[in-house]
Amino acid sequence: MTEPAPQVTGSHVATTPDKKVDEARRARTARRYAAERRFEYMGLAAVMSAGAFLVILLWTIVGNAIPALTYNYVSLPINLEVDDLTQTNAIEYDFRKIVRAGLTEAVPNVSGRRETRKLRRIISSGAAIELRSEVASDPSLIGKKSDIWLPLSDTADLYLKNLMGDITRPESQRKISDSEIGWIDDLKGQGKIETRFNSIFFTHGASREPEMAGIWGAVVGSFLTLLVTLVLSVPIGVAAAIYLEEFAPKNRITDIIEININNLAAVPSIVFGLLGLSFFLAGVNLGWFTIGGFFPRSAAITGGTVLALMTLPTVIIASRASIKSVPPSIREAALGIGASKVQATFHHVLPLAMPGILTGTIIGMAGALGETAPLLLIGMVAFIVDIPGGLTEPATVLPVQIYMWADFPETAFRQKTAAAIMILLAFLICMNAFAVWLRNKFERRW
Amino acid sequence: MDAMVQPMTATATQTETETETETVKIRSRDVHVFYGDNEAIKGVDLDIKEKQVTALIGPSGCGKSTFLRCINRMNDTIDVCRVTGKIEIDGQDIYQPDVNVVDLRADVGMVFQKPNPFPKSIFENVAYGPRIHGLAKNKNDMAGIVEKSLKRAGLWEEVKDRLDEPGTGLSGGQQQRLCIARAIAVSPSVILMDEPCSALDPIATAIVEELIDELRQRFTIVIVTHSMQQAARVSQETAFFHLGDIVETGFTDDIFTNPKDPRTESYISGKIG
Ligand SMILES: Nc1ncnc2c1ncn2[C@@H]1O[C@H](COP(=O)(O)OP(=O)(O)O)[C@@H](O)[C@H]1O
Ligand SMILES: [Mg+2]
Repeated sequence: MTEPAPQVTGSHVATTPDKKVDEARRARTARRYAAERRFEYMGLAAVMSAGAFLVILLWTIVGNAIPALTYNYVSLPINLEVDDLTQTNAIEYDFRKIVRAGLTEAVPNVSGRRETRKLRRIISSGAAIELRSEVASDPSLIGKKSDIWLPLSDTADLYLKNLMGDITRPESQRKISDSEIGWIDDLKGQGKIETRFNSIFFTHGASREPEMAGIWGAVVGSFLTLLVTLVLSVPIGVAAAIYLEEFAPKNRITDIIEININNLAAVPSIVFGLLGLSFFLAGVNLGWFTIGGFFPRSAAITGGTVLALMTLPTVIIASRASIKSVPPSIREAALGIGASKVQATFHHVLPLAMPGILTGTIIGMAGALGETAPLLLIGMVAFIVDIPGGLTEPATVLPVQIYMWADFPETAFRQKTAAAIMILLAFLICMNAFAVWLRNKFERRW
Repeated sequence: MDAMVQPMTATATQTETETETETVKIRSRDVHVFYGDNEAIKGVDLDIKEKQVTALIGPSGCGKSTFLRCINRMNDTIDVCRVTGKIEIDGQDIYQPDVNVVDLRADVGMVFQKPNPFPKSIFENVAYGPRIHGLAKNKNDMAGIVEKSLKRAGLWEEVKDRLDEPGTGLSGGQQQRLCIARAIAVSPSVILMDEPCSALDPIATAIVEELIDELRQRFTIVIVTHSMQQAARVSQETAFFHLGDIVETGFTDDIFTNPKDPRTESYISGKIG
């Protein structure tokens, strides 16, 4: 690109003796190149600052999230040689006493009520439940005495992860007492504390106890919700796009429809939440009867329907653009040998438009996956402990779970929030990568 | 069927020295075409004879394509387009409401200006038409139709070993012959061609022109072209269009050597168009 410049000036020198003109021209060229370079640097700076922000964002999220991926467990001598525990009642048996006994055995010489209570604080309040599920999955433990790994409490865990802040502060100003620290260090010294992969986080639903709270409920909720969104918005959206592009007459009515679809795509998502609240949940009273109002609160089917309404314009617009980009010559070719309009559309236009439609759909779905506001309005922000088992059961979704956790005061939830964000981002990146892959795989071939 | 009709016309042309005895395949009377308020065709009367090549020539924008697309009702797909008047094929008015457009287009095939094979395999390109019209009873039958069509389009030798490769991977001239094969696979009686060689290089053009000359044995061909030489080379009859009207029709040789209308003359001599 820089090659021809001196040549031009050279020939110029040779043909015109006018030095002034020549200099002016050279100055102009120099200015032009300088402007070009300036623009290049500005662009580079913009890209670099964007990249820096991205790195900072990921750094803080991942840095916060990593501690949430592991958890500290303590090995306690658990005596399951008790009279009232049998194979049959193990699922409902209260293991609290047994856990406490094991704790006392592991840390002997604790006297006084106060100290005993402190000691109990180093182990998770969910330890008994964990023990129960352990016994349920391995009934041979019953009637024996064995060392079993149980989760520590969140304070003990944070202390071990060095996330307690300054421990040299006076005892009254921190959440963990001197004696607790002493016991934990002691157990650690004996090799009875181990950092493990935090499987609770990936398998449990919501909980008020940070160490028992997991992301699985929200993941399942998100999956069910998106399933509803997908099943509703794709067929309706694609059908609408096909009709508008291929069959509808081009007149004022279709113009108005087109404008409104574009407007709907720009409507803030919370408005769709309001629609869901007033129509799907409350119903519109028309005097002698009510329309709507038949949807269950907080359920995936309701959330999915609201998100489907929200994604529909995106799907329709993407599908229309994709259908429009199929060259008319393909339609003419099909019609020219006697294919009907429907045949031309479904045999030739749609297959060619499919990658674009899928890409648009996936991007719409990714948007729905990250959506929070409309779901808050239809009650998906409720505190739901059980993992949803169906479309009509109360559920929550990933972004709402993040929103709730971000609000909890316990330090341990801060890590969980970051970990949940990481998981959400991972899903989004996967979806977008899939969209890119689809686009590349079905590169236009005409 | 072809075999029976073929010798008869051959003898007819030989013995009775090219006169009105040849059957008229397509008869158009007072055809007007409107795009909204714009009248693109202003009352065209034209007889197109069976198993001949009729060339439509004229300056661009004069309505050649528009008229051609009336013959297989491709104009139906344009919302603003309205056709009045009468076009008969074998005596049947194709604009009657009881005419099935799908059947009409199977009988009147079309080849477009830019080669437009489907982005599918060569085989699929040819087989698609027979399949949607249910012309093949089984796979063997279909393979036979595809082979016959490709042979008639003069493409078989070049593609017989790669029928499952995409049709869009062929050269421009081959693609256009594939489109011709696709059109004749549904056994039409008429083939419409809208400047079929305008996107091709001279060698591919020569091959396609030769092919058109061969196809005349079996099909009635109407070809739009703006190349005088091409019209002279491939057609027996020529209709000269000007501003939506037919100015002159007749034997190609007569029109080119002895044009009656001054507009035709100036077009042929390169003054307009
Ligand atoms: N789809 C269309 N919509 C509106 N006007 C059209 C359309 N196609 C062609 N026309 C008009 O009809 C006239 C004839 O066009 P056409 O038949 O394409 O001419 P030719 O093929 O002889 O160059 C032109 O004035 C053109 O502007
Ligand atoms: Mg044209």
